[in-house]
Amino acid sequence: MSSLWEYANPRKFMATSAFLLPWTAGIAALCLVTGLVWGFFFTPDDFRQGSTVKIIYVHVPAAIMAVNAWFMMLVTSIIWVIRRHHVSVLAAKAAAPVGVVFTVIALATGALWGQPMWGTWWEWDPRLTSFLILFLFYLGYMALWEAIENPDSAADLTSVLCLVGSVFAVISRYALLFWNQGLHQGATLSLDAEQNISNVYWYPLVITLAGFGFLFIALVLYRTRTEIRARRLKALIAQERMA
Amino acid sequence: MIGLLKRDLTLAIRAGGGFGLSLAFFLIFTTLVPFGVGPQTQILAEIAPGILWLGALLACLLSLDRIFQLDWEDGTLDLVATSPVPLEGLAAMKALAHWITTGLPLVAAAPVLGLLLNLPGAAYPWLVASLALGTPALSAIGTFGAALTVGIKRGGLLLSLLVLPLYMPTLIFGALCVSRATEGQDAATPLVLVAGITAGSLALLPFAAAAALRVNLR
Repeated sequence: MSSLWEYANPRKFMATSAFLLPWTAGIAALCLVTGLVWGFFFTPDDFRQGSTVKIIYVHVPAAIMAVNAWFMMLVTSIIWVIRRHHVSVLAAKAAAPVGVVFTVIALATGALWGQPMWGTWWEWDPRLTSFLILFLFYLGYMALWEAIENPDSAADLTSVLCLVGSVFAVISRYALLFWNQGLHQGATLSLDAEQNISNVYWYPLVITLAGFGFLFIALVLYRTRTEIRARRLKALIAQERMA
Repeated sequence: MIGLLKRDLTLAIRAGGGFGLSLAFFLIFTTLVPFGVGPQTQILAEIAPGILWLGALLACLLSLDRIFQLDWEDGTLDLVATSPVPLEGLAAMKALAHWITTGLPLVAAAPVLGLLLNLPGAAYPWLVASLALGTPALSAIGTFGAALTVGIKRGGLLLSLLVLPLYMPTLIFGALCVSRATEGQDAATPLVLVAGITAGSLALLPFAAAAALRVNLR
């Protein structure tokens, strides 16, 4: 088995991702269609929440992937800082807009869910607020990428921002818990519990979770490929000018 | 490194505006609040802790882009980078100079402005203590943000976008400390947490700021 670091070579990465992309996208589409159709049309209404319970199939996976996207950016940024692999930092750059969209989806579906259930669109609850802060971190990260012209400097500075931002994101999380005890329920899903929620809702939820995961991978692969192509194009144009 | 600190302080005093501007901003900000929410002393007393902390935070924020900008433009930063002084030390001294010229006057002025907002008497020691312990963190975080954006023209707005989310925990604990004191609750726990954030920021962020400066000076 070859080493993971081989994929630092853009050519190798392009070849492998070209092979993986249709598969991940296909699995994502399959899981999302199955999970969402099953969840939306073939599960019973909750006896207290009615049909609004079905928002869970979008809300929970989007929220989980929004946090995981930042975590992935953190790992790839660290790899860039230590080993200077361009593909790694381009993957972080590619993941940021995907993560921000997942964050917005989680916030929006949360508001739609909160209105009928809690009677309010927004509540300054630790979980809600920490997602809003996560959203701001994504915006700052993306804005810094846009603002710096030299790609290597941009990569370095955004990586440093990602590292420092992660630490402060964690501190904010606990600060918010201290600040206000909110409406949002605690963690419901865990891997070691016998049964998390009723099986009727659980199976489609697992499928949509997988779907959102694969969707994230597919989008990041796709966007990273675009970034690599953009880099190549820039290099070619620069070569042309020199000649 | 002491020389660097002295130079920054001298520049701030002689070039003018170092001490005065952010203090004036703090004063104007607090004066504007009653016009926005009305002069009822009851309401003002209730929101005073948050307003005072917000004012101090914004006053800090407005003076951040000056930390490295002038040195960057006239080449001082390059000279310091080639000198034996480590960039980490430079970042720490810049943060300290920023705190002395901005944070310290804010701490001193806060009780007077608290009077304007009808802050209850029991909260004054906690207000001063929380600001004194919290503003160094604001300076350290701000120095990191300024180091990130020093190479960017008109980076002021971007700087705010980057720095404000990082200010969140300090603001939460600082304002909470004062508002708990106004209600007669335990204010020591948030104060200790503010001090913890400050200690962590002072220990770690000069290194991050120096890393950012190295990239920008490359």
